[in-house]
Amino acid sequence: MALNIVEKIWQQHVVNQQEGFPDVLAIDFALLHEVTSAQAFQMLGDRGLGVHDPRRFLATIDHSIPTRSDRQRITDPQARAQIAALRENCQRQQITLCEPDSGGQGIVHVIGPELGITQPGMTLVCGDSHTATHGAFGALAFGIGTSTLAHVMATGALLMNRPGIMQVAFHGELPQGVYAKDMILRLIADIGIDGATGHVIEYTGQAVRDLSMEQRMTLCNMSIECGAVAGLVAPDETTFRYLKGRPYAPPDAQWQQAVEHWQSRASDPGCGYDKTVTVDIRQLTPMISWGTNPEQSIAIDQRIPNGPGSDQAALNYVGLKEAQSLTGVPVDWAFVGSCTNGRIEDLRVVASILNQKTIAPHVTMYVVPGSEAVRQQAIEEGLDQIITRAGADFRMPGCSMCLGMNDDQVPAGARCISTTNRNFIGRQGTGSITHLASPATVAMSAVAGHITTQLTTMNQQEAS
Amino acid sequence: MKAAIKTITGNVIPMPLNDIDTDIIIPAQHLTQTSRAGYGQHAFARLKKADPEFVLNQPRFASATILVTGDNFGCGSSREHAVWAIQELGIQAVVAPSFADIFSNNAQKNHLPLITVDQSVCAQMVALAHKDNHPVTIDLLTTTLCAGGQQHPFTINPFFQHVLTAGLDELDYLMNHLAAIKRHHQNADQRQCFLQLAGALS
Repeated sequence: MALNIVEKIWQQHVVNQQEGFPDVLAIDFALLHEVTSAQAFQMLGDRGLGVHDPRRFLATIDHSIPTRSDRQRITDPQARAQIAALRENCQRQQITLCEPDSGGQGIVHVIGPELGITQPGMTLVCGDSHTATHGAFGALAFGIGTSTLAHVMATGALLMNRPGIMQVAFHGELPQGVYAKDMILRLIADIGIDGATGHVIEYTGQAVRDLSMEQRMTLCNMSIECGAVAGLVAPDETTFRYLKGRPYAPPDAQWQQAVEHWQSRASDPGCGYDKTVTVDIRQLTPMISWGTNPEQSIAIDQRIPNGPGSDQAALNYVGLKEAQSLTGVPVDWAFVGSCTNGRIEDLRVVASILNQKTIAPHVTMYVVPGSEAVRQQAIEEGLDQIITRAGADFRMPGCSMCLGMNDDQVPAGARCISTTNRNFIGRQGTGSITHLASPATVAMSAVAGHITTQLTTMNQQEAS
Repeated sequence: MKAAIKTITGNVIPMPLNDIDTDIIIPAQHLTQTSRAGYGQHAFARLKKADPEFVLNQPRFASATILVTGDNFGCGSSREHAVWAIQELGIQAVVAPSFADIFSNNAQKNHLPLITVDQSVCAQMVALAHKDNHPVTIDLLTTTLCAGGQQHPFTINPFFQHVLTAGLDELDYLMNHLAAIKRHHQNADQRQCFLQLAGALS
């Protein structure tokens, strides 16, 4: 029988099936961070349980750590205590913690793939809704709450009913200057913020095959923003090339066997899906969000909806009007980073746009690498110099301005164009206004001082 | 085992908004604590601050325990703190036309009943609550909700229902399968899982 990739992974990880109960699903690996893990360790402690196999866990510090150069000095005493708790818990349970300045610290969904932990066909969880990022490798990866994390820590498994499986088929080639970020925002705008609830998405189509691993991670990352349990892409040569030689990846002696297994995970020709959605991207242009959830996104050359699809409360919050064009709306902040767009390729795109330019004087721009490895690579390529010369702030790795729980916050009433994943009310700080876009759109808008996808030449003239 | 929950009776907190995300339920700046308590005071803080007339600012709803809300409640972040915050407000059940998946899983782990009814039933309950807030009763065994003298069937995942009405602890259930899970991992490591677990980073 022809099976899709999710059915294959599920079958291989089911430990027990009992009538009236969800399946017992084995979890190969879990990633931890400081915000959602302390209470899980506490739940184990309350019952006198330990971690079933510490080698299947890896922790990092990303959400609450500052991104200034002296980031080890954490002024918020609660954040400091939370990080201390993670350190102590990892030490006690013998879980590897990627400490700041170790070379391995970074956003949980950036470092997992960097280390080669994320591999095709595996099950991976994290107490974080953007865990679907790892689906880029053909892994079944999804976000869980703290109690479920405690279950995985204690037993190596969790209880779950098999979700539905939705195929999202991208039709056509991705036009020049348009990115995976635009593809996923298009999908979310099309099917809605709950359009994939109860489903795992498999992204298919030649355009997906043509994406780099970084771009596939951006695509899968935002699966949760249309309600999906997870999102994934079948593994292929691009996947294998990325994995080769990474610390957790199989050594040469096992490589061929691993690749054969990984290849066998791809969906069989003629397999079925519970649902199929087609997205035509032949005419896709850069996308941007206008409202207070990611569904409220439009092509940048469109106007904010008037009538159906409009949302007066959202428009009041963001200070915009129905039928208004976003092009030309002034921005105060520009942010590049996060688990959505904080990888080396994103920084390369930004640097290529900022090269020999300066950002508008009224704009504050943060460029925050997703990990210490990304930061190091950017420095080796000289990207930090280009970014700094343009007047942007090249910072230390972390979640930064994505979620307003560390020092990096967009002030109340300020408008930020951002490469992140959520434009919820107050997401980047109380009263902040967020427009989600690709790194290219963010960089071009920072230079212009307003929302745009045109690279202005004014700066070059000023420079000459 | 936890306490079994079979029926819930209480007044309604009408909050007819769609897509209430977990950032709204509990903003991220309050997530730096390491305990499971202390979130109730910050629950829905942004809505409370933005609107003096917001339902949770009105004393007449102060002792109400059944939150009635819109579509896709609990979307966004996986933070279980959202469930803890809601429970700390004294809310004993949430009624909505639909819920986001991770929130739903988290509610189940904390035995917070999520009751799915048609949009029209929610609208009716909201209207009644504003007019004359009589208690409503949720019967988890018969999956019926009684509001304003009318009976409405509701849906709940059968396992979620079992967890609530039997007081089942999922971790206890999983612990019974520990040996089988261990065996699975050992077998998989030889045939299907190629993670270099030993000394990858040393």
